[in-house]
Amino acid sequence: MPSGLAISAASERRRARTARQLAIGLAFLSPWLIGFLSLTLYPMLASAYYSLTEFNIVTASRWVGLGNYVSALRDPEVRLAIGNTLYMVVVGIPIQQVSAFLFASLLNIRVRGQNVFRTVYFLPYLMPPVAAGLMWTYMLNPKYGLVNSILRLVGVRGPAWLLNPLWAKPALILIWVWSLGSATLIYLAALQDVPKELYESAQIDGAGRWARMRNITIPMVSAVTLFNVVMAIISAFQIFTTPYILAQTSSGGGAGAAVQGAPQGSLLFYTIYLYANAFTYLRMGYASALAWILFALIFVFTVLVIRWYLPKQTVM
Amino acid sequence: MASQLLVAVVGLFFLLPFLDLALSSLKPLSDIVAFPRNYWPHRFLWRNYMDALTLMPFGVYLRNTLIICVFAVIGHVLSSALPAYSLSRVRWPGREAALLILLSTMMLPGQVTMIPVYVIFHRLHMINTLYPLIIPAFLGSAFFTFMLRQFFLTIPSELVDAARVDGCGELGILVRVIAPLSKPALTTVTVLTFLWTWNDFFGPLLYLQSPSRWTISIGLAQFSSRHGQISWNLLLAASVAFTLPTIAAFFIAQDAFVQGISTTGFK
Repeated sequence: MPSGLAISAASERRRARTARQLAIGLAFLSPWLIGFLSLTLYPMLASAYYSLTEFNIVTASRWVGLGNYVSALRDPEVRLAIGNTLYMVVVGIPIQQVSAFLFASLLNIRVRGQNVFRTVYFLPYLMPPVAAGLMWTYMLNPKYGLVNSILRLVGVRGPAWLLNPLWAKPALILIWVWSLGSATLIYLAALQDVPKELYESAQIDGAGRWARMRNITIPMVSAVTLFNVVMAIISAFQIFTTPYILAQTSSGGGAGAAVQGAPQGSLLFYTIYLYANAFTYLRMGYASALAWILFALIFVFTVLVIRWYLPKQTVM
Repeated sequence: MASQLLVAVVGLFFLLPFLDLALSSLKPLSDIVAFPRNYWPHRFLWRNYMDALTLMPFGVYLRNTLIICVFAVIGHVLSSALPAYSLSRVRWPGREAALLILLSTMMLPGQVTMIPVYVIFHRLHMINTLYPLIIPAFLGSAFFTFMLRQFFLTIPSELVDAARVDGCGELGILVRVIAPLSKPALTTVTVLTFLWTWNDFFGPLLYLQSPSRWTISIGLAQFSSRHGQISWNLLLAASVAFTLPTIAAFFIAQDAFVQGISTTGFK
Protein backbone atom coordinates (compact mmCIF):
# COMPACT_ATOMS: atom_id res chain seq x y z
CA MET A 1 0.00 0.00 0.00
CA PRO A 2 2.39 2.63 -1.25
CA SER A 3 -0.23 5.41 -1.41
CA GLY A 4 -1.20 4.95 2.26
CA LEU A 5 2.43 5.16 3.22
CA ALA A 6 2.82 8.32 1.18
CA ILE A 7 -0.17 9.90 2.91
CA SER A 8 1.04 9.05 6.37
CA ALA A 9 4.50 10.28 5.49
CA ALA A 10 2.99 13.54 4.24
CA SER A 11 0.90 14.05 7.35
CA GLU A 12 3.90 13.13 9.43
CA ARG A 13 5.88 15.84 7.66
CA ARG A 14 3.04 18.29 8.16
CA ARG A 15 2.86 17.48 11.85
CA ALA A 16 6.62 17.94 12.19
CA ARG A 17 6.36 21.26 10.37
CA THR A 18 3.56 22.44 12.64
CA ALA A 19 5.54 21.43 15.71
CA ARG A 20 8.54 23.32 14.38
CA GLN A 21 6.43 26.42 13.68
CA LEU A 22 4.96 26.20 17.18
CA ALA A 23 8.42 25.99 18.67
CA ILE A 24 9.61 29.01 16.68
CA GLY A 25 6.48 30.98 17.52
CA LEU A 26 6.77 30.30 21.22
CA ALA A 27 10.53 30.97 21.25
CA PHE A 28 10.04 34.42 19.75
CA LEU A 29 7.06 35.05 21.99
CA SER A 30 8.94 33.97 25.11
CA PRO A 31 10.02 37.41 26.45
CA TRP A 32 6.42 38.52 26.62
CA LEU A 33 5.18 35.08 27.67
CA ILE A 34 7.54 34.95 30.65
CA GLY A 35 6.56 38.49 31.52
CA PHE A 36 2.87 37.67 31.22
CA LEU A 37 3.15 34.63 33.49
CA SER A 38 5.39 36.22 36.14
CA LEU A 39 4.34 39.89 36.10
CA THR A 40 0.66 39.66 35.16
CA LEU A 41 -1.01 36.27 35.56
CA TYR A 42 0.65 35.17 38.81
CA PRO A 43 0.33 38.67 40.35
CA MET A 44 -3.37 38.75 39.42
CA LEU A 45 -3.98 35.48 41.25
CA ALA A 46 -1.79 36.55 44.16
CA SER A 47 -3.53 39.91 44.38
CA ALA A 48 -6.95 38.22 44.42
CA TYR A 49 -5.69 36.03 47.27
CA TYR A 50 -4.07 38.91 49.19
CA SER A 51 -7.32 40.85 48.94
CA LEU A 52 -8.93 38.16 51.10
CA THR A 53 -6.25 38.38 53.78
CA GLU A 54 -4.60 40.72 56.22
CA PHE A 55 -1.12 41.02 54.84
CA ASN A 56 1.80 43.34 55.52
CA ILE A 57 4.78 41.62 53.82
CA VAL A 58 6.59 41.30 57.18
CA THR A 59 4.43 38.90 59.18
CA ALA A 60 2.37 35.95 57.98
CA SER A 61 -0.91 36.76 56.28
CA ARG A 62 -4.24 36.03 57.96
CA TRP A 63 -7.43 34.99 56.14
CA VAL A 64 -10.28 37.50 56.50
CA GLY A 65 -12.57 36.43 53.67
CA LEU A 66 -14.45 39.37 52.19
CA GLY A 67 -13.58 41.51 55.23
CA ASN A 68 -11.40 43.93 53.25
CA TYR A 69 -14.13 44.55 50.69
CA VAL A 70 -16.67 45.17 53.43
CA SER A 71 -14.29 47.57 55.20
CA ALA A 72 -13.68 49.40 51.92
CA LEU A 73 -17.38 50.02 51.47
CA ARG A 74 -17.53 51.51 54.99
CA ASP A 75 -14.25 53.45 54.80
CA PRO A 76 -15.02 57.21 54.71
CA GLU A 77 -11.67 57.86 53.04
CA VAL A 78 -12.53 55.47 50.22
CA ARG A 79 -15.72 57.42 49.73
CA LEU A 80 -13.77 60.69 49.75
CA ALA A 81 -11.21 59.31 47.29
CA ILE A 82 -13.89 57.95 44.94
CA GLY A 83 -15.72 61.28 45.11
CA ASN A 84 -12.57 63.22 44.20
CA THR A 85 -11.73 60.79 41.42
CA LEU A 86 -15.26 60.93 39.98
CA TYR A 87 -15.04 64.73 40.03
CA MET A 88 -12.09 64.46 37.67
CA VAL A 89 -13.91 61.93 35.49
CA VAL A 90 -17.25 63.72 35.33
CA VAL A 91 -16.09 67.36 35.37
CA GLY A 92 -12.49 67.12 34.25
CA ILE A 93 -12.73 64.78 31.26
CA PRO A 94 -15.43 66.71 29.37
CA ILE A 95 -13.44 69.94 29.82
CA GLN A 96 -10.26 68.18 28.80
CA GLN A 97 -11.72 66.51 25.72
CA VAL A 98 -13.56 69.58 24.46
CA SER A 99 -10.36 71.60 24.91
CA ALA A 100 -8.27 69.03 23.06
CA PHE A 101 -10.77 68.99 20.21
CA LEU A 102 -10.80 72.79 19.99
CA PHE A 103 -6.99 72.97 20.12
CA ALA A 104 -6.79 70.40 17.34
CA SER A 105 -9.33 72.38 15.29
CA LEU A 106 -7.20 75.50 15.72
CA LEU A 107 -4.11 73.61 14.63
CA ASN A 108 -5.98 72.36 11.57
CA ILE A 109 -6.67 75.89 10.32
CA ARG A 110 -4.06 77.04 7.85
CA VAL A 111 -2.22 79.88 9.56
CA ARG A 112 1.29 81.23 9.33
CA GLY A 113 3.75 79.24 11.42
CA GLN A 114 1.39 76.27 11.68
CA ASN A 115 4.19 73.79 12.41
CA VAL A 116 5.63 76.00 15.12
CA PHE A 117 2.22 76.21 16.81
CA ARG A 118 1.77 72.45 16.58
CA THR A 119 5.05 72.04 18.44
CA VAL A 120 4.16 74.71 21.01
CA TYR A 121 0.76 73.14 21.79
CA PHE A 122 2.45 69.78 22.24
CA LEU A 123 5.48 70.83 24.33
CA PRO A 124 3.82 70.61 27.79
CA TYR A 125 3.14 66.90 27.23
CA LEU A 126 6.90 66.30 27.24
CA MET A 127 7.57 67.93 30.60
CA PRO A 128 8.19 65.41 33.40
CA PRO A 129 5.08 65.42 35.63
CA VAL A 130 7.22 66.10 38.69
CA ALA A 131 8.74 69.20 37.07
CA ALA A 132 5.32 70.30 35.80
CA GLY A 133 3.80 69.77 39.25
CA LEU A 134 6.50 71.88 40.89
CA MET A 135 6.22 74.57 38.24
CA TRP A 136 2.45 74.79 38.61
CA THR A 137 2.65 74.93 42.39
CA TYR A 138 4.74 78.03 41.86
CA MET A 139 2.50 79.40 39.06
CA LEU A 140 -0.59 78.94 41.24
CA ASN A 141 0.85 80.53 44.35
CA PRO A 142 -1.96 82.89 45.38
CA LYS A 143 0.35 85.83 46.02
CA TYR A 144 3.36 85.75 43.74
CA GLY A 145 2.35 83.13 41.16
CA LEU A 146 1.93 83.97 37.49
CA VAL A 147 -1.75 83.02 37.24
CA ASN A 148 -3.06 85.31 39.95
CA SER A 149 -0.66 88.08 38.92
CA ILE A 150 -2.17 88.05 35.44
CA LEU A 151 -5.68 87.91 36.89
CA ARG A 152 -4.78 90.91 39.07
CA LEU A 153 -3.69 92.82 35.94
CA VAL A 154 -7.22 92.47 34.58
CA GLY A 155 -8.76 93.31 37.94
CA VAL A 156 -9.73 89.83 39.10
CA ARG A 157 -8.81 88.55 42.54
CA GLY A 158 -7.74 84.99 41.95
CA PRO A 159 -8.52 82.16 44.36
CA ALA A 160 -5.98 80.50 46.65
CA TRP A 161 -5.91 77.52 44.25
CA LEU A 162 -3.92 74.72 45.88
CA LEU A 163 -4.42 76.08 49.38
CA ASN A 164 -8.19 76.06 49.06
CA PRO A 165 -9.99 72.68 49.02
CA LEU A 166 -12.63 74.08 46.65
CA TRP A 167 -10.07 75.20 44.08
CA ALA A 168 -7.49 72.43 44.21
CA LYS A 169 -9.28 70.15 41.75
CA PRO A 170 -10.09 72.97 39.28
CA ALA A 171 -6.37 73.77 39.43
CA LEU A 172 -5.63 70.18 38.53
CA ILE A 173 -8.03 70.38 35.58
CA LEU A 174 -6.21 73.53 34.44
CA ILE A 175 -2.96 71.58 34.45
CA TRP A 176 -4.64 68.76 32.50
CA VAL A 177 -5.80 71.20 29.85
CA TRP A 178 -2.32 72.67 29.63
CA SER A 179 -0.62 69.31 29.14
CA LEU A 180 -3.04 67.40 26.92
CA GLY A 181 -0.82 67.48 23.83
CA SER A 182 -1.23 63.79 23.06
CA ALA A 183 -5.04 63.93 22.92
CA THR A 184 -4.76 67.03 20.73
CA LEU A 185 -2.42 65.21 18.35
CA ILE A 186 -4.83 62.30 18.05
CA TYR A 187 -7.75 64.62 17.28
CA LEU A 188 -5.60 66.50 14.80
CA ALA A 189 -4.74 63.28 12.95
CA ALA A 190 -8.47 62.46 12.80
CA LEU A 191 -9.37 65.95 11.54
CA GLN A 192 -6.81 65.64 8.76
CA ASP A 193 -8.46 62.39 7.65
CA VAL A 194 -11.85 64.01 7.05
CA PRO A 195 -12.34 64.17 3.25
CA LYS A 196 -12.16 67.78 2.02
CA GLU A 197 -14.95 67.15 -0.52
CA LEU A 198 -17.48 66.87 2.31
CA TYR A 199 -16.77 70.45 3.38
CA GLU A 200 -16.76 71.70 -0.18
CA SER A 201 -20.15 70.28 -1.04
CA ALA A 202 -21.57 71.44 2.30
CA GLN A 203 -20.28 74.93 1.57
CA ILE A 204 -21.98 74.87 -1.84
CA ASP A 205 -25.19 73.88 -0.06
CA GLY A 206 -24.75 76.99 2.08
CA ALA A 207 -23.85 75.33 5.37
CA GLY A 208 -22.23 77.74 7.83
CA ARG A 209 -19.13 77.09 9.90
CA TRP A 210 -21.07 75.77 12.90
CA ALA A 211 -23.29 73.55 10.75
CA ARG A 212 -20.22 72.05 9.08
CA MET A 213 -18.60 71.40 12.47
CA ARG A 214 -21.79 69.81 13.82
CA ASN A 215 -22.81 67.75 10.82
CA ILE A 216 -19.47 66.80 9.32
CA THR A 217 -16.49 67.19 11.65
CA ILE A 218 -17.92 65.89 14.92
CA PRO A 219 -19.53 62.78 13.40
CA MET A 220 -16.45 62.04 11.30
CA VAL A 221 -14.10 62.02 14.27
CA SER A 222 -16.51 60.25 16.62
CA ALA A 223 -14.56 56.98 16.65
CA VAL A 224 -11.45 58.86 17.75
CA THR A 225 -13.47 60.76 20.33
CA LEU A 226 -14.63 57.50 21.86
CA PHE A 227 -11.06 56.21 21.89
CA ASN A 228 -9.78 59.38 23.55
CA VAL A 229 -12.55 59.38 26.13
CA VAL A 230 -11.98 55.75 27.07
CA MET A 231 -8.23 56.34 27.42
CA ALA A 232 -8.94 59.46 29.49
CA ILE A 233 -11.26 57.52 31.82
CA ILE A 234 -8.67 54.82 32.37
CA SER A 235 -5.93 57.31 33.15
CA ALA A 236 -8.16 59.59 35.25
CA PHE A 237 -9.01 56.71 37.56
CA GLN A 238 -5.28 56.10 37.98
CA ILE A 239 -4.23 59.74 38.43
CA PHE A 240 -1.33 59.89 40.87
CA THR A 241 1.84 61.88 40.25
CA THR A 242 0.56 65.41 39.65
CA PRO A 243 -1.80 65.60 42.66
CA TYR A 244 0.87 63.90 44.80
CA ILE A 245 3.43 66.59 43.92
CA LEU A 246 0.91 69.44 44.22
CA ALA A 247 -0.23 68.26 47.65
CA GLN A 248 3.22 67.74 49.10
CA THR A 249 4.70 70.95 47.70
CA SER A 250 1.89 73.45 48.19
CA SER A 251 1.32 72.37 51.77
CA GLY A 252 5.03 72.09 52.55
CA GLY A 253 4.07 68.89 54.34
CA GLY A 254 6.07 66.39 52.30
CA ALA A 255 5.02 62.80 51.61
CA GLY A 256 2.73 62.81 54.65
CA ALA A 257 0.64 65.61 53.18
CA ALA A 258 0.73 63.96 49.76
CA VAL A 259 -0.87 60.71 50.92
CA GLN A 260 -3.53 62.68 52.81
CA GLY A 261 -4.34 64.68 49.69
CA ALA A 262 -3.76 68.16 51.13
CA PRO A 263 -5.54 70.61 51.22
CA GLN A 264 -8.05 68.88 53.51
CA GLY A 265 -8.26 65.70 51.48
CA SER A 266 -9.36 67.50 48.34
CA LEU A 267 -6.50 65.91 46.37
CA LEU A 268 -6.89 62.46 47.89
CA PHE A 269 -7.44 60.39 44.76
CA TYR A 270 -8.17 56.71 44.64
CA THR A 271 -4.71 55.50 43.63
CA ILE A 272 -3.04 57.78 46.16
CA TYR A 273 -5.12 56.26 48.93
CA LEU A 274 -4.40 52.79 47.54
CA TYR A 275 -0.66 53.52 47.46
CA ALA A 276 -0.77 54.90 51.00
CA ASN A 277 -2.49 51.76 52.27
CA ALA A 278 -0.06 49.44 50.57
CA PHE A 279 3.22 51.20 51.23
CA THR A 280 2.72 53.76 53.99
CA TYR A 281 0.31 51.92 56.31
CA LEU A 282 1.47 48.48 55.06
CA ARG A 283 -2.11 47.24 54.74
CA MET A 284 -1.38 45.28 51.59
CA GLY A 285 -4.38 42.98 51.79
CA TYR A 286 -6.70 45.93 52.08
CA ALA A 287 -4.87 47.75 49.26
CA SER A 288 -5.25 44.65 47.05
CA ALA A 289 -8.99 44.73 47.62
CA LEU A 290 -8.96 48.43 46.73
CA ALA A 291 -7.11 47.57 43.50
CA TRP A 292 -9.80 45.09 42.44
CA ILE A 293 -12.50 47.63 43.26
CA LEU A 294 -10.61 50.11 41.06
CA PHE A 295 -10.55 47.58 38.24
CA ALA A 296 -14.30 47.07 38.60
CA LEU A 297 -14.93 50.84 38.61
CA ILE A 298 -12.85 51.38 35.45
CA PHE A 299 -14.51 48.45 33.75
CA VAL A 300 -18.05 49.57 34.57
CA PHE A 301 -17.39 53.17 33.54
CA THR A 302 -15.75 52.17 30.27
CA VAL A 303 -18.59 49.83 29.34
CA LEU A 304 -21.20 52.44 30.30
CA VAL A 305 -19.54 55.11 28.18
CA ILE A 306 -19.20 52.81 25.19
CA ARG A 307 -22.82 51.66 25.45
CA TRP A 308 -24.08 55.19 25.87
CA TYR A 309 -21.95 56.46 23.03
CA LEU A 310 -22.22 53.86 20.29
CA PRO A 311 -25.97 54.01 19.48
CA LYS A 312 -25.61 57.76 18.87
CA GLN A 313 -23.16 57.20 16.06
CA THR A 314 -25.46 56.63 13.14
CA VAL A 315 -23.05 58.24 10.72
CA MET A 316 -20.06 56.02 11.28
CA MET B 1 -6.64 86.95 10.41
CA ALA B 2 -8.95 86.36 13.36
CA SER B 3 -8.02 82.70 13.42
CA GLN B 4 -4.33 83.57 13.23
CA LEU B 5 -4.76 85.69 16.35
CA LEU B 6 -6.71 82.99 18.17
CA VAL B 7 -4.11 80.32 17.39
CA ALA B 8 -1.40 82.64 18.70
CA VAL B 9 -3.27 83.57 21.90
CA VAL B 10 -3.88 79.91 22.74
CA GLY B 11 -0.22 79.32 21.95
CA LEU B 12 0.64 81.87 24.63
CA PHE B 13 -1.36 79.84 27.15
CA PHE B 14 1.01 76.93 26.51
CA LEU B 15 4.16 79.02 26.26
CA LEU B 16 3.82 81.56 29.09
CA PRO B 17 4.37 79.06 31.92
CA PHE B 18 7.59 77.93 30.21
CA LEU B 19 8.76 81.52 29.77
CA ASP B 20 8.00 82.42 33.36
CA LEU B 21 9.67 79.22 34.51
CA ALA B 22 12.83 80.09 32.59
CA LEU B 23 12.90 83.67 33.86
CA SER B 24 12.13 82.73 37.45
CA SER B 25 14.86 80.10 37.45
CA LEU B 26 17.33 82.97 36.96
CA LYS B 27 15.97 85.26 39.68
CA PRO B 28 17.34 85.76 43.16
CA LEU B 29 14.88 84.37 45.73
CA SER B 30 14.01 87.90 46.88
CA ASP B 31 12.75 88.61 43.33
CA ILE B 32 10.51 85.59 43.35
CA VAL B 33 8.63 86.40 46.51
CA ALA B 34 8.49 90.12 45.70
CA PHE B 35 5.07 91.73 45.74
CA PRO B 36 3.95 93.22 43.43
CA ARG B 37 5.55 90.78 41.11
CA ASN B 38 8.40 91.68 38.81
CA TYR B 39 8.25 89.57 35.70
CA TRP B 40 11.78 90.32 34.56
CA PRO B 41 14.71 89.35 36.83
CA HIS B 42 16.54 92.27 38.44
CA ARG B 43 19.71 90.51 37.52
CA PHE B 44 20.26 87.18 35.87
CA LEU B 45 21.57 84.73 38.41
CA TRP B 46 23.07 81.98 36.28
CA ARG B 47 24.59 80.65 39.47
CA ASN B 48 21.16 79.24 40.39
CA TYR B 49 21.82 76.40 38.02
CA MET B 50 25.20 75.59 39.55
CA ASP B 51 23.70 75.82 43.03
CA ALA B 52 20.68 73.69 42.20
CA LEU B 53 22.73 70.97 40.58
CA THR B 54 25.30 70.85 43.38
CA LEU B 55 23.02 71.35 46.38
CA MET B 56 21.43 68.02 45.65
CA PRO B 57 23.56 65.18 44.30
CA PHE B 58 22.20 65.77 40.83
CA GLY B 59 25.00 63.77 39.22
CA VAL B 60 23.99 60.69 41.20
CA TYR B 61 20.33 61.11 40.27
CA LEU B 62 21.26 61.64 36.64
CA ARG B 63 23.40 58.52 36.57
CA ASN B 64 20.63 56.36 38.07
CA THR B 65 18.05 57.82 35.69
CA LEU B 66 20.27 57.23 32.66
CA ILE B 67 21.09 53.65 33.67
CA ILE B 68 17.38 52.85 33.93
CA CYS B 69 16.63 54.65 30.65
CA VAL B 70 19.34 52.88 28.66
CA PHE B 71 18.37 49.43 29.85
CA ALA B 72 14.68 50.16 29.50
CA VAL B 73 15.18 51.17 25.88
CA ILE B 74 17.31 48.11 25.06
CA GLY B 75 14.88 45.87 26.91
CA HIS B 76 11.73 47.23 25.33
CA VAL B 77 13.10 47.16 21.80
CA LEU B 78 14.29 43.55 22.10
CA SER B 79 11.44 42.15 24.13
CA SER B 80 8.78 43.78 21.98
CA ALA B 81 10.31 43.10 18.57
CA LEU B 82 10.70 39.35 19.15
CA PRO B 83 7.09 38.70 20.24
CA ALA B 84 5.82 41.11 17.58
CA TYR B 85 7.59 38.98 14.97
CA SER B 86 6.05 35.84 16.40
CA LEU B 87 2.59 37.41 16.34
CA SER B 88 2.84 38.70 12.80
CA ARG B 89 5.28 36.67 10.72
CA VAL B 90 5.36 33.15 12.16
CA ARG B 91 2.31 30.97 11.59
CA TRP B 92 1.71 28.79 14.62
CA PRO B 93 -1.32 27.25 16.31
CA GLY B 94 -2.57 29.41 19.18
CA ARG B 95 -1.21 32.64 17.77
CA GLU B 96 -4.57 34.40 17.65
CA ALA B 97 -5.35 33.37 21.22
CA ALA B 98 -1.97 34.73 22.38
CA LEU B 99 -2.69 38.03 20.63
CA LEU B 100 -6.06 38.26 22.33
CA ILE B 101 -4.51 37.68 25.75
CA LEU B 102 -1.84 40.27 25.01
CA LEU B 103 -4.46 42.85 24.10
CA SER B 104 -6.61 42.12 27.12
CA THR B 105 -3.70 42.63 29.54
CA MET B 106 -3.67 46.27 28.44
CA MET B 107 -7.05 46.75 30.12
CA LEU B 108 -5.74 45.68 33.51
CA PRO B 109 -4.79 48.66 35.70
CA GLY B 110 -1.24 48.40 37.04
CA GLN B 111 -2.49 48.76 40.61
CA VAL B 112 -3.85 45.20 40.51
CA THR B 113 -0.45 43.63 39.91
CA MET B 114 1.61 46.26 41.74
CA ILE B 115 1.60 44.69 45.21
CA PRO B 116 2.42 41.08 44.21
CA VAL B 117 5.14 42.32 41.85
CA TYR B 118 6.57 44.33 44.74
CA VAL B 119 6.47 41.20 46.90
CA ILE B 120 8.33 39.26 44.20
CA PHE B 121 11.13 41.82 44.08
CA HIS B 122 11.13 41.94 47.87
CA ARG B 123 11.71 38.18 48.00
CA LEU B 124 14.48 38.54 45.43
CA HIS B 125 16.10 41.18 47.72
CA MET B 126 15.89 43.75 44.96
CA ILE B 127 14.04 46.52 46.82
CA ASN B 128 16.17 49.67 46.83
CA THR B 129 18.01 48.56 43.67
CA LEU B 130 17.45 49.60 40.07
CA TYR B 131 16.54 46.04 39.01
CA PRO B 132 12.76 46.27 39.54
CA LEU B 133 12.76 49.22 37.15
CA ILE B 134 14.90 47.42 34.54
CA ILE B 135 13.94 43.73 34.55
CA PRO B 136 10.28 44.22 33.53
CA ALA B 137 11.44 46.12 30.44
CA PHE B 138 13.06 42.89 29.21
CA LEU B 139 9.84 40.93 29.70
CA GLY B 140 7.78 42.46 26.97
CA SER B 141 5.35 45.33 26.86
CA ALA B 142 1.90 44.57 25.48
CA PHE B 143 1.59 48.09 24.15
CA PHE B 144 4.86 48.18 22.20
CA THR B 145 4.50 44.56 21.05
CA PHE B 146 1.12 45.34 19.56
CA MET B 147 2.40 48.52 17.96
CA LEU B 148 5.35 46.73 16.33
CA ARG B 149 3.14 43.83 15.24
CA GLN B 150 0.86 46.23 13.39
CA PHE B 151 3.90 47.75 11.70
CA PHE B 152 5.49 44.40 10.79
CA LEU B 153 2.23 43.39 9.08
CA THR B 154 2.62 46.24 6.60
CA ILE B 155 5.91 44.80 5.30
CA PRO B 156 5.27 42.83 2.08
CA SER B 157 5.35 39.09 2.78
CA GLU B 158 7.21 38.48 -0.51
CA LEU B 159 10.32 39.92 1.13
CA VAL B 160 10.02 37.52 4.05
CA ASP B 161 9.27 34.55 1.79
CA ALA B 162 12.20 35.38 -0.48
CA ALA B 163 14.54 35.46 2.52
CA ARG B 164 13.15 32.09 3.68
CA VAL B 165 13.75 30.57 0.24
CA ASP B 166 17.32 31.88 0.40
CA GLY B 167 17.72 29.83 3.57
CA CYS B 168 17.64 32.72 6.00
CA GLY B 169 16.68 31.68 9.54
CA GLU B 170 13.79 33.36 11.38
CA LEU B 171 16.08 35.47 13.54
CA GLY B 172 17.99 36.45 10.41
CA ILE B 173 14.76 37.58 8.75
CA LEU B 174 13.85 39.69 11.76
CA VAL B 175 17.29 41.28 11.99
CA ARG B 176 18.13 41.67 8.28
CA VAL B 177 14.75 42.12 6.60
CA ILE B 178 12.13 43.32 9.08
CA ALA B 179 14.18 45.53 11.40
CA PRO B 180 15.78 47.74 8.71
CA LEU B 181 12.34 48.36 7.20
CA SER B 182 10.83 49.12 10.62
CA LYS B 183 13.19 51.90 11.63
CA PRO B 184 10.39 54.45 12.14
CA ALA B 185 8.47 52.11 14.45
CA LEU B 186 11.58 51.08 16.36
CA THR B 187 12.51 54.74 16.77
CA THR B 188 9.06 55.37 18.20
CA VAL B 189 9.56 52.60 20.75
CA THR B 190 12.94 54.09 21.63
CA VAL B 191 11.84 57.68 22.12
CA LEU B 192 8.59 56.88 23.92
CA THR B 193 10.40 54.48 26.26
CA PHE B 194 13.02 57.11 26.94
CA LEU B 195 10.39 59.79 27.61
CA TRP B 196 8.20 57.67 29.87
CA THR B 197 11.15 56.22 31.78
CA TRP B 198 12.88 59.56 32.22
CA ASN B 199 9.60 61.11 33.41
CA ASP B 200 8.48 58.20 35.60
CA PHE B 201 7.82 59.02 39.24
CA PHE B 202 5.70 56.17 40.53
CA GLY B 203 8.10 53.29 39.80
CA PRO B 204 11.11 54.91 41.47
CA LEU B 205 8.92 56.07 44.36
CA LEU B 206 7.92 52.47 44.96
CA TYR B 207 11.32 50.84 44.76
CA LEU B 208 14.10 53.34 45.50
CA GLN B 209 14.60 54.29 49.13
CA SER B 210 18.11 55.56 49.75
CA PRO B 211 19.20 58.85 48.15
CA SER B 212 22.12 57.16 46.41
CA ARG B 213 19.58 55.22 44.31
CA TRP B 214 17.14 58.01 43.55
CA THR B 215 16.27 59.15 40.08
CA ILE B 216 15.91 62.82 39.19
CA SER B 217 12.12 62.76 39.63
CA ILE B 218 12.41 61.43 43.18
CA GLY B 219 15.33 63.67 44.07
CA LEU B 220 13.47 66.73 42.87
CA ALA B 221 10.27 65.81 44.70
CA GLN B 222 12.23 65.24 47.90
CA PHE B 223 14.18 68.47 47.49
CA SER B 224 10.93 70.40 47.25
CA SER B 225 9.53 69.00 50.45
CA ARG B 226 12.68 68.92 52.56
CA HIS B 227 13.01 72.60 53.27
CA GLY B 228 10.51 74.67 55.19
CA GLN B 229 10.98 77.73 53.01
CA ILE B 230 11.22 76.43 49.45
CA SER B 231 14.17 77.79 47.45
CA TRP B 232 11.92 78.26 44.44
CA ASN B 233 14.62 79.68 42.19
CA LEU B 234 16.82 76.59 42.65
CA LEU B 235 13.89 74.20 42.40
CA LEU B 236 12.77 75.83 39.16
CA ALA B 237 16.32 75.76 37.78
CA ALA B 238 16.50 72.04 38.50
CA SER B 239 13.08 71.59 36.87
CA VAL B 240 14.35 73.28 33.72
CA ALA B 241 17.42 71.05 33.68
CA PHE B 242 15.18 68.01 34.16
CA THR B 243 12.85 69.04 31.33
CA LEU B 244 15.38 70.04 28.66
CA PRO B 245 16.44 66.49 27.65
CA THR B 246 12.83 65.52 26.91
CA ILE B 247 12.43 68.53 24.64
CA ALA B 248 15.77 67.78 23.00
CA ALA B 249 14.65 64.19 22.38
CA PHE B 250 11.48 65.52 20.81
CA PHE B 251 13.34 67.74 18.39
CA ILE B 252 15.74 64.95 17.46
CA ALA B 253 12.94 62.48 16.73
CA GLN B 254 9.90 64.65 16.13
CA ASP B 255 8.34 62.43 13.46
CA ALA B 256 8.68 59.32 15.59
CA PHE B 257 6.95 61.06 18.49
CA VAL B 258 4.08 62.37 16.44
CA GLN B 259 3.64 59.11 14.54
CA GLY B 260 3.77 57.04 17.70
CA ILE B 261 1.24 59.12 19.54
CA SER B 262 -1.20 59.82 16.75
CA THR B 263 -1.32 56.24 15.49
CA THR B 264 -1.41 54.44 18.81
CA GLY B 265 -2.40 57.28 21.08
CA PHE B 266 -1.49 56.13 24.52
CA LYS B 267 -1.12 58.09 27.76
